Amino acid sequence: MGLTYQSTGKLATREIFNVPASIRQPVVALAGNPNTGKSTVFNALTGLRQHTGNWPGKTVLQAKGSYIHDGRKYTLVDLPGTYSLLANSVEEEVARDFICFARPDATVTVVDATCLERNLNLVLQVMEITDKVIVCVNLIDEARRKNIRIDSDKLSERLGVPVVTTAARSGEGLSRLLDVISDVVFGRVQPKPRLVRYTPEVEEAIARLEPGIRALVGGEINARWVALRLLDGDIKLGHSLEIFCNRREPVRAAREVLV
Amino acid sequence: MAGKTTLNNLPSGSFALVTEVLAEGLIRRRLLDLGLVPGTRVEVVRRSPAGDPTAFNIRGAIIALRKEVAGQVLVSPLGDEAAG
Repeated sequence: MGLTYQSTGKLATREIFNVPASIRQPVVALAGNPNTGKSTVFNALTGLRQHTGNWPGKTVLQAKGSYIHDGRKYTLVDLPGTYSLLANSVEEEVARDFICFARPDATVTVVDATCLERNLNLVLQVMEITDKVIVCVNLIDEARRKNIRIDSDKLSERLGVPVVTTAARSGEGLSRLLDVISDVVFGRVQPKPRLVRYTPEVEEAIARLEPGIRALVGGEINARWVALRLLDGDIKLGHSLEIFCNRREPVRAAREVLV
Repeated sequence: MAGKTTLNNLPSGSFALVTEVLAEGLIRRRLLDLGLVPGTRVEVVRRSPAGDPTAFNIRGAIIALRKEVAGQVLVSPLGDEAAG
């Protein structure tokens, strides 16, 4: 199931991320399950010809492009397609670390309109890391052919984030997607994700961990999410955090000696 | 309705409901992320010529699982008429 963390070599991916989130040039990430047409959305927006194809692991390292909307230039980052962000594979780790540490100004989660249910797991996970989420329900043309109707207003209300339906192949919905991205990037729309509430025991443990984590990582990273990952025993996130907190170099060198 | 079995023991073309995921750790996480949570209906699409892995339709995506992994998913088989 994808490349493992070990097989592709430790922290190689971390360095590539340093797409600085500057105010002048907003950074927008594209996340999504495999096979949702994410790369098609990417190509349609950037005009690039990144390879699109129907096999898993196509986009292992993220592709980067840019587009201009309303006279402003945006950087668009195509993350690998994943079902989850809980870092079972290097693809998931790339996607997760990018959303968490590179802190894009907006994260568009592309979902497949024909099997929405299986895609929403990832949406919920992305919403746990960042508020600035837009759900792009793609392949709406195929859904229509299959007589599937998507109530995007209802979906948006239930998730607490903007929802845009698109058919990237034909270009349908893309201009609206661009408008919504800029609304989120510039704070004209502020998504309020409806997060998963866990059992009282878990919530209590989160509440106890959160202040310490916030003191450590500052306001830049979502402390609730880090608490959840630590409770889940996610060791790899610990490594990524260590690097983030120490601004990389010393820990990186030390780990390379160990490996 | 037959009793409980594991996902790897089902014939091609049959349907079953997931009752429990026995796997632990990362495999468990993975299976849950793929949508194999209790109550999920799974279709056995086809078995590879060598007998392993087997392709399953899980919530609209075809996913191949090896028998070591599929063997850790408890299911209760559904009759064809319940397949819907």
